[in-house]
Amino acid sequence: MIAVSIVGFILLRASGDLALRIAGAESLTEDVERIRLAYGLDRPIVIQYLDWAWKALHGDFGRSLFFPEDVSTLIAQRLPVTLWLGALGLGASIIIGLPLGTLAALKPNGILDRVLLGTVVLGQAMPSFWLGLLLIIFFGLTLGILPVSGSETWRHFILPTAVLAIATLPTILRLTRSGMIDALRADYIRTARAKGLSPASVIIKHALRNALIPVVAIAAVQLGALIGGSVVLETVFGIQGLGYLAWESINRADYPVVQANVLVLGAIYCLLTFVSDVLHALLDPRLRDQ
Amino acid sequence: MTVEKVEVEPIELLGAETARDTARRWLSNSGIVIGGGLFFLVVLSALIGPYLLPHNAFDQSLIARLRPPMWSGGTAEYPLGTDHLGRDYLARLLWGGRLSLMIGFLTILLAGTIGTTLGVVAGFYGGRIDFVVRFLIMVRLALPAVLIALAIAFLAGPSLKLLVLMLGLLLWDRFAVVSRAMTLQLRNREFVTAARAVGCSDFTMIRRDILPNILNYLIIIATVEMANAVLIASALSFLGLGVQPPLPDWGLMIAEGKEYILFSPYLITLPGLAMMVLVLSVNLLGDGIRDVTDPEAKGR
Amino acid sequence: MNQSANILSVRDLDVSLPHRSGRVHAVRKISFDVRRGETVCIVGESGCGKSMSAMAILNLLPRGAERKAETLSLLGEDLRNASESRLRRIRGNKIGMIFQEPLTALNPSLTVGEQLMEVYRRHRPQEKANARARAIEMLGQVGIPDPAERISQYPHQLSGGLRQRVVIAMAMMCEPELIIADEPTTALDVTVQAQILRLLIDLKQRFGLALLLITHDLAIASRVADHIVVMYGGQVVEQAPTSEFFRRPLHPYSKGLLGCLPTSQPGRHGQPLQVIPGTVPSLIGDMTGCTFMSRCKEAQPACAANIELQRSGDHWVRCDRATLPEAL
Repeated sequence: MIAVSIVGFILLRASGDLALRIAGAESLTEDVERIRLAYGLDRPIVIQYLDWAWKALHGDFGRSLFFPEDVSTLIAQRLPVTLWLGALGLGASIIIGLPLGTLAALKPNGILDRVLLGTVVLGQAMPSFWLGLLLIIFFGLTLGILPVSGSETWRHFILPTAVLAIATLPTILRLTRSGMIDALRADYIRTARAKGLSPASVIIKHALRNALIPVVAIAAVQLGALIGGSVVLETVFGIQGLGYLAWESINRADYPVVQANVLVLGAIYCLLTFVSDVLHALLDPRLRDQ
Repeated sequence: MTVEKVEVEPIELLGAETARDTARRWLSNSGIVIGGGLFFLVVLSALIGPYLLPHNAFDQSLIARLRPPMWSGGTAEYPLGTDHLGRDYLARLLWGGRLSLMIGFLTILLAGTIGTTLGVVAGFYGGRIDFVVRFLIMVRLALPAVLIALAIAFLAGPSLKLLVLMLGLLLWDRFAVVSRAMTLQLRNREFVTAARAVGCSDFTMIRRDILPNILNYLIIIATVEMANAVLIASALSFLGLGVQPPLPDWGLMIAEGKEYILFSPYLITLPGLAMMVLVLSVNLLGDGIRDVTDPEAKGR
Repeated sequence: MNQSANILSVRDLDVSLPHRSGRVHAVRKISFDVRRGETVCIVGESGCGKSMSAMAILNLLPRGAERKAETLSLLGEDLRNASESRLRRIRGNKIGMIFQEPLTALNPSLTVGEQLMEVYRRHRPQEKANARARAIEMLGQVGIPDPAERISQYPHQLSGGLRQRVVIAMAMMCEPELIIADEPTTALDVTVQAQILRLLIDLKQRFGLALLLITHDLAIASRVADHIVVMYGGQVVEQAPTSEFFRRPLHPYSKGLLGCLPTSQPGRHGQPLQVIPGTVPSLIGDMTGCTFMSRCKEAQPACAANIELQRSGDHWVRCDRATLPEAL
């Protein structure tokens, strides 16, 4: 975690003269110098970092250079939107992907399996922003049934969720499918059948329970990746979330916001990894004794 | 106790593979055939195409602005129409293919080298080195890569070189994870112990025992990451911080065409389709290679 | 023979599996019976089709397998065309199965108790409430200490021997008439092997079970079996009551097997270990004649034609070279 913030910090500072960027490319040298002094950008990097980190630990991320509010307020405002979007997208892909993956695994290389894999392969190849644009054109402009931009009503979330779901579906489906195929080959499935249990029981209670373990663990991490990569989609759809905030701030060299953003996103990822480990242990009794 | 001399009958081999069998097996895999074929076409058209066309990708022409493609009323002079600056879209698409391929290859070269080195070293030596590498991987994964890339691109001034550099420095994680895992497995196998018993140096062991065996997996990862690189690069370009105009990156073309979608939707559908074809072909190829070289992973 | 005393009757059972270059005929026209309270051991080396035969009885064959039989009846009921749902009601209920590898045979994510109880609940739905009590009772019967505690443990928390006992308990939950055990002791330590065998014999006597035991180990068969069935290359080559078999093996393969057993009998010290030359033939494609022919010391050209089973009382042998004792 600490490493994340350090790396983020260093990268931001090192990759270009911040003061210059803030002032704008055509400013006079003395203006740039004044800005540099005002924001303390002339101090050695280590001091700048420690100063920032100290304040950050107290929840003070400083003020935005552009908005009147504190950075913390800004982030607190936008974070829920992004989280919601990510959760909805992942949720949708799980609701669709789990059953389909299971069905596909029952008859590997059967018709359903091939169709699903084919569709999934196409979905994986699509750039998400392109898909987003196409959906906007189709549903928003041509058919006019869904709003195109912004994030006020729940309707605004339908399209972005759809794009997110399509982006994550391939992974979930494949994982479920391969997990189920493996599980169904296991000895304990043979035992279950030899006990005369019903097919539903064998599939759901025995196979799926074991197959899901890796899927769940990866799904949590996927959520982290989704949230981290939300920049693009939020920009396309105009969703007022963390990603969009980051985008705007980057373009305005509003570095306190960007830094805090990186930190928060990194923290979310670490949290989700932790959750993933916990879930893994919960679901797999073999790990619990550790 | 002595063992009687026993007459053993020749064992019927259930088919050791000849080179021809191997070739046939590879060619019968649909992923390899379709993916490889498509990929080959893409590469071919990207390399040669621009030289065959009458118009190049950069000449602007005010009179020829926004001509539609052939199937909606255009002429054969501009088969896929023109963009808002009058540049031939087909030429731009093909050029964009070149760009994407180049970005993809260079990225996986860089990322692959970094990732594989880290992973193999970590897996081979274990202990503290492994700890450090795992830490690095964790940090890299926790960083929102796209965000960082955007920020750096903005601050340092976006360019193609920067793009490739950044992607190469950001996308090595899967190489590292997989090569580490494989190295760990291989390290404990008998042939490595045998090599050590004979006194091979570490470097030789890595070179001759480990690397050839993980090559398969690395190639598969390379295909996945190449597709990934192309997608991320185009997203960055779409946002304006990747490839810069007048270079025709597909993502950039989509961004440029965004404003004209009502009347000239081809401006964004075509580059997107092109990207899909490239990514699809690379993915299929990778899947096919995996199916053929690792039969136990079948059904994944 | 009195058919109604038979728990299980098999005649001319064939099983074939799909293969890259044709079909593998893993089981070729085998026949045997298991009578009430009897222990029958199918003995043979790896790949001879013994496990397939057992799985074929309950149609637990892998995808693509084909099964044919002249007779396949359990307690008088014809199982050849039985529906899957009928078979499901028999599995775990009238027939219990025990497999070779106890760790993988149990679901790692479910408690031992749950896996025991679900069989009971499935086949005795009206007595669902007793499931737990019955599970604890069965765990006790198979010699597991502290059954009430063990019931909520997971398979990985038990040792190999205990796990196999759990598997046995699982097979017995619904008081089956027949237990089919496929190499139940092969994956266990030698000391544990003996314990499990003793347990099986004990249970069999206490509950009057019939036992179909599959093994490659003649020594086990000699201790447990009432009746021995020797398989090779998918065929039954000899069948006899145990004492008769060891006293007078008729088939060249059986003789070879017995000859291979290292023995500490005086007089055989210092003699070379006997070995049956050659390896198991491929079972792909149709084959006529004796599958053992390529390795048989007494083989003759006539062995390549279909050999019929010859019988003398309870002793059956599939070999023309064998000399049967006079019919009893």
